[in-house]
Formats: sequence, structure tokens, C-alpha cells
Amino acid sequence: MQSENLISPGFADPVFQSQAAFRALLTALSEPGLIQQVAPGFAAPEGLEPATAIALLTLADYETPIWLPAALRDGPAGAWLRFHCGAALVEEPAQASFAVIDGAAEAPLLADFNPGTDQFPDRSTTVLVQCAGLAGGDIVTLSGPGIAGSRDIAPIGLRPGFWAEFSANAELYPLGVDLILSQGEAVLGLPRSTQIVEVR
Amino acid sequence: MYVAVKGGEAAILATHDLVAEARRGDAAVPELAVAQIREQMGLACARVMNEGSLYDPDLAALALKQAQGDAIEAAFLMRAYRTTLPRFGSTEPVDTAKMAIRRRVSATYKDLPGGQVLGPTYDYTHRLFDFALMDDEPQRDPSSAPTGHLLPQGEKDRAPLDAFMPRVPDILGAEGLMEAEVPPEGDPRPFDLTREPIAFPADRDVRLQAMARGDEGFMLGLGYSVQRGFGNTHPFVGEIRVGEVSVEFVPEELGFAVDLGEITLTECQMVNQFAGSKEVPPQFTRGYGLSFGHSERKAMSMSLVDRALKSREFGEATEYPAQQDEFVLYHSDNVEAAGFVEHLKLPHYVDFQGELELIRRIRREREQRLARENEPLPEAAE
Amino acid sequence: MTIHQSIPGEDTKPAYNYAYLDEQTKRMIRRALLKAVAVPGYQVPFGSREMPLARGWGTGGIQITAAIIGPDDKLKVIDQGADDTTNAVSIRRFFERTADATTTEMTEDATIIQTRHRIPEAPLTSGQIMVYQVPQPEPLRKLEPRELETRKMHAWAEYGLMQVKLYENIARFGEVTTTYDYPVSVNGRYVMAPSPIPKFDNPKMHMSPSLQLFGAGREKRIYAVPPHTSVRSLDFEDHPFRIQSWAEPCGLCGAKDSYLDEVVTDDQGGRMFVCSDSHYCETRREQGHRGTMLADASASGLVEAKS
Repeated sequence: MQSENLISPGFADPVFQSQAAFRALLTALSEPGLIQQVAPGFAAPEGLEPATAIALLTLADYETPIWLPAALRDGPAGAWLRFHCGAALVEEPAQASFAVIDGAAEAPLLADFNPGTDQFPDRSTTVLVQCAGLAGGDIVTLSGPGIAGSRDIAPIGLRPGFWAEFSANAELYPLGVDLILSQGEAVLGLPRSTQIVEVR
Repeated sequence: MYVAVKGGEAAILATHDLVAEARRGDAAVPELAVAQIREQMGLACARVMNEGSLYDPDLAALALKQAQGDAIEAAFLMRAYRTTLPRFGSTEPVDTAKMAIRRRVSATYKDLPGGQVLGPTYDYTHRLFDFALMDDEPQRDPSSAPTGHLLPQGEKDRAPLDAFMPRVPDILGAEGLMEAEVPPEGDPRPFDLTREPIAFPADRDVRLQAMARGDEGFMLGLGYSVQRGFGNTHPFVGEIRVGEVSVEFVPEELGFAVDLGEITLTECQMVNQFAGSKEVPPQFTRGYGLSFGHSERKAMSMSLVDRALKSREFGEATEYPAQQDEFVLYHSDNVEAAGFVEHLKLPHYVDFQGELELIRRIRREREQRLARENEPLPEAAE
Repeated sequence: MTIHQSIPGEDTKPAYNYAYLDEQTKRMIRRALLKAVAVPGYQVPFGSREMPLARGWGTGGIQITAAIIGPDDKLKVIDQGADDTTNAVSIRRFFERTADATTTEMTEDATIIQTRHRIPEAPLTSGQIMVYQVPQPEPLRKLEPRELETRKMHAWAEYGLMQVKLYENIARFGEVTTTYDYPVSVNGRYVMAPSPIPKFDNPKMHMSPSLQLFGAGREKRIYAVPPHTSVRSLDFEDHPFRIQSWAEPCGLCGAKDSYLDEVVTDDQGGRMFVCSDSHYCETRREQGHRGTMLADASASGLVEAKS
């Protein structure tokens, strides 16, 4: 029972661990579709992929409200984020700077999050999409900034209609949410500027 | 100058030595102590604290010493240090109604509860040199002050001050003649422009913070422009008060306020006319200035510009510089302004070469065109 | 009421944070950077901090470098293309002191290149990050001084004013007379200030394999161009964009393809044109390239004599 109340540790060396993680995230979002690895061996709280936990520890703080599925919000993951990031956990997806969703779950939709405003498109939500794998699934061909020509990705475990939602989000450009797919210690960036060429 | 020989680093290090030497001046003259600057250059320290956005008279004195008395350079030192300090939280709002008054004057009432307290001011001095100050250790008897004496005669009596000193706008407010100052909905923590970027139009908390740390000379000029006619305010000094207020902080773990100490503040409330509108009957409006230390000129200038910047809220025209928040806020920060003006000293020869190439080419092409036009036309008969 | 921390002197290892900025500030800048790469060319407002270097002297670039640099990086700092200009030396020293940074002058070895006014001549590669120091991030500012208005113009992609200004130039001078900070359109959407690089360097930004980050400290804006992103210099079909050219090659290394600085050698009108990119010029000389004035320059001490 004791262990349920204990909040697991964050970074042992916050300065350098967050710097390294940030560079992986920066590459992920500036070269969409390229799989980036974060440092191995990180013990994330239940319900968060290690890469998700590392990304939030690196980017979130008291200035960035976070949306989590209710089960995570009320469990160890919520307590962990409150403690280590000092972040507010919000119930309304549109209020979130960062959000964590299960790629297979039906809700919330990408359109439920904040797409920013025409004068401040940077105020949009960054959505961490936890999925079953970043390779081995159906091939999706991408193009856009950060991609020389086109690039194929093949994540696993995304809900039906996910790519249609993603395309609708890209239609909003320069507004829209930015996605970071995560699984294990790997991340893959899908900013709003990325176009879907083809889903096979 | 561009050279392939390495010398930049050594040259930069040499400037550090030279500026240290220039700062010290003649070694035969005793070195200034920081405490001397703090105690005897208090108004300069106040300016540095204001423009450096940090209340610390010792550091302000150190900054002035290190910067050879250059107020902007000293404010820069304060700010660069300030950003590195950890933040524990925000204090409770200070209550200037409870100020331990050193000086308090009103231009709108001859007398009022608490009375006029002239305090230490140069206002009534004649600006004549006190050559006795030229001596290293002036031996002066304060009771026989020379013509340019610093203390108004009445101050020598030092009667204890009235404990009750209501703020003049509050007196007007009780009669319903002063615009009400209501905090925004929910009374949110004020914006902090040292942590977040400003967006326009800027709210009053942002404007006041920017002006409090703005350049005194720039604020003075803007305030003056409002008075002269580049603005349509008709100001009266409702009140200026100078004195000490206590600063309180509520630590999260204690839940009650702890006294952190006292700071010296100057507050100016400027009373202005307002004709009223459909919804609001005619009333007085307020311009507000608050600054660290004894710095009346700054607080007064700020209160003039604060009122001018309220034009938009009152539905008045905003045609003059002092009424335009972008103009005032972007250009009042002297550390930013000094940096950008002085960056023109940095090498720009790549850009300049682009301009040279362009001008030479346009001139050459122009000469060629003129030469062609001046060539005699071929003979028609051929 | 204040507890004074000791203020570190020149020689002590400072008690400041790694790379000067505190972690909360780095997070704020990092978040701005991620939004900047997601919307190429859009200026993200950020809470630019007061820095110990003056505004206008590279505080935007320094804050970006401080937010991204780590122990594995090799940092190159240039100003006007050269590693040895005063501003470059000062910023390089700043990161050596505060981040114990490994620095280099070799363009090809650097992982982060912080620059003022130039893009190196040697082609940049994937994995390299360019950090530009930006004095005025708003390409429309000279046409419209109010931020309230320029923000709307970007929001609605209303760039007619810029087209008119460029065309007026052509009508008057026969060409666009902007020679540096020449406006570009990024990813076909935002008009962006490339910082005061000569327009000679603009084509290097287009589809570059490197990540390009832009920091304006005084104006509190960050923006970015991800790798392989379209960066088109604004022009007209009948007046296509063109870059500077010189009649003569570099006097030291003989390069014909590099941006040249003009060095006045005497008061009789004597001129020498030399590469602005000092590392590029040195590399070429080491490879045996010889400019026509190299011997003179060695004799007068302008370059070290290499045996």
C-alpha cells in the first residue's frame, strides 16, 4: 500500500537529462517522422510511456496546464506530474498546453484541443499520442517542412479515422495542434505543417 | 578590422584592464566606499534601483561604483544580476496609506488631514554652489546653513507627524468625484514583463511596470509633452508622498504574512479632469506613479504618462506619442534602447559591403546609360 | 532584507547555472522553439530574459544557444563571417565560461553555429543547427511600426504592402535595393526576416539540410526554419532575385564563389577584397590556393606567414 502513495523520482540530473531529451524532441518536430530515442532506463509512473514522461518533465511546468485521461489524472501519473512539474491538470482539453492521449482511444478528438489563434498560432496544444509501436504498422507517407521529398512512417495502434483527423488538423495550418507519437523510449514528431500524401 | 591574424581575444582582454584602470582614476585619490555612495548618492542609487528593477541600495551603490557613475550601465548590472535570482513568490501588495511619511505634499488642498510635510527636498533651495562641500571634510554647523541650505527652516522643529495621513485621491473618492480603481476580475497576479512577452494593447499593470523601470529622462520628456499640448490632460498633483512601507510575504507553508522589512517608496497621484461620457458622470481621473527610493521626478512623470495612456479606456483620441502604449512601452526601456543604439558600434562590414556593391553598380549602370543617350544618332542618310 | 550571494569575479568558476539560464527559462525557450519549428517563419513571442550582454549584441541568439547546448556539442561563433571579430570572441567566451563549451572554428565540425550577419560558405549538413542573432525580427516593421497591425498582417497573410514597397524600388532604381535582411517567404506562408545576412546568403537557406533557429532578444521573438523547407526570396517574374557578385576573386585565397569584404589598404584608393568567411579562406589557403595579394598581405602582417 505504501508504494501507491510514493511518488516515483524525476530526473536525477535535471540540467543534462532535460537538455538531451529536448534535443531529441527538437529533432523529432523539425524532421517529422524520424524516430528519435530518449535516454533508456527511465522509470515512468504507471500509464505514461517513458518517452511521454521524459517529454513532460522536460517541457512542462507551472505555466503549462496538462490534460490527461481521467484514469491517469486521478492515478500516480497525475500526482507525479503535479509534484515534478508543478503543472495544473485541467479537465477541458482546449485549456491544455500539453496533453497525453491514448492513440487507440476514441476520445478526445484532435479537434477538441486548442489550435491556437490566427494572431498567436503558437498557443496551441502539443499532444503526446501514446501508441502501441512506432514501426511495423500500415505505411503512411508524409511530406512538408523538415522532410526531403517524402518520408514513410508506420506506427501501430492508432484509432480508425486518426489520419483523417490529422489531415483535417493540417488543413488549419498555420493553426493546429502538434503531435508527438511516443512508445517506450522512442518519439516521432508530427507537427501541423506535415501533410499526409498517402495512407496504405 | 578583418584580419586573418588572431588578435581579437587579446584585444578584448586588454579593454577589461583599461576600463578597470579608468574606473579607479588617480590612485592618489582615496577609493570610494560602496557605503559612501549608498549614503551620499542616495538619489542616484534610487534611479539605479528603479531602472534596474531591484530594490537593493547596497547593490545599486556597487553598480554605480563599478559603472563609474553611468546610471544606465549601473541599471544594466542590476538587471543582469536580478534575472539570476531565484523567485520564492510574490509579496502582498504594499499599502502606501500606511506609509511612514517623510514627505507629503498636495497641490490640490491648502490643508488636509495630516498636513503638508515638506521633508527633504531641493524644491526651495537656491541652486547656488555650496563651495564648503569642496573641502574633503566639510566642518559644518547645521544651524548656520549657508544661503543654499538644504533643509527648509520649518523642518528643524521636527514636530512628530500625524499618524493619520489619508491619500488625497481617497478623499476625492469618498465624495464620488474620483474614478474608481477596481482590480480586474478575480484580482489576478499582475503581469510580469521580465518573464513574459508583452502583447498589445497592453493592460494597465503592464504599462505601470514598464514605466516604473523606464528611463527617467524619457518618461520626463513624455510627461512634459503631455503638459505642453501633445496630449489633452490637465493635471494637478493630488499628492506626492515619500516614506517607508513594510513589505509582507505569505509563505505557502505558514499561511500568514511575515514582515520582510521596509522599503522607501515615492508615490505620486495626479488628478486630471474628465468630461464624462454617456454612462459616466463628469469626474476626476487618476494618473499613478510609484518608484523606489526618493524619486519624485520619476513618479510624477510616470503619473502623467499613465493618465495619457488611459485615453483608450476613456474613449479619448490617441493621437500623441504619450497616449500610445506601443510607443511608450517599447521605447522607455533604456537598457534595451542603449544596447540597440550602441550595437551600431559592432562590425557591420558585411552589410555595408552589400550597400557599396549596390551603389557602385547603380552609378556605373547610370553612367553607361547616360553615355549611350549622349552618343550622336546615326546619320539618317546612311 | 536581502541576502547577498557572492558575485563571481572574472576568474572564479561562476555560481551561475549551466549555460547561465535557469531551468524554468530554458523550458520556456524550448517550448517556444518547438512551436517555432512547427510553424516555420512565424515569430513566437517569448519571455526574453535580461542577459549580461547588451540588447542588440546577440541576446536572442545567446538565449537560444543556452537553451539547446549540451556537453556533446561543438560550438562555433561567427560575426561578419569571422570567428575572431569582437562580438564573436565575447560570445564564445561566454559559453566557455558558463557552459564549459567545446568550441571550434571548423564549420564542418560544429554542431551549433551561432552567427551574426553571415551563413558560412561551406555547405551545412544534416544535424547542424544554425542560430541567428536577429536585431529586428519583423520584416514589415519599416513599413508599419505598430505591432498590433503587423501581427494582423501575418495572421491574414496580407503582404501587399511589402510587394508595393519592393515594386516602388524597382520603379525608381530598376531593381530591389535591399542588400541585406532581404525578406523571404517561408513554406509559402509567412514572410520572414532572414536577419541582416547579405542577400548573397539567402539561397543557402532554401532547403538547407540544417535546422535554422532565429533569436531576437530585445524584440522577444523566436522563429525557425526546419531542414528541407522552402525559403524563397521575394521577387517578381520580370525582376527575378539576384545576389551580389564581385569583379575580382579573394585577394588571399583566390575564391570566386565567396562573399567578399573590402579592406582599404592605403589612403590612395588601394583596395583588397577578401573572404568574409575567415575559416573558409584559411581552409582554401591551407589547401594551397593563392590569391594575388597574399604575399603583400603576409608582408604587411595582415595574415600570418604559413611556411
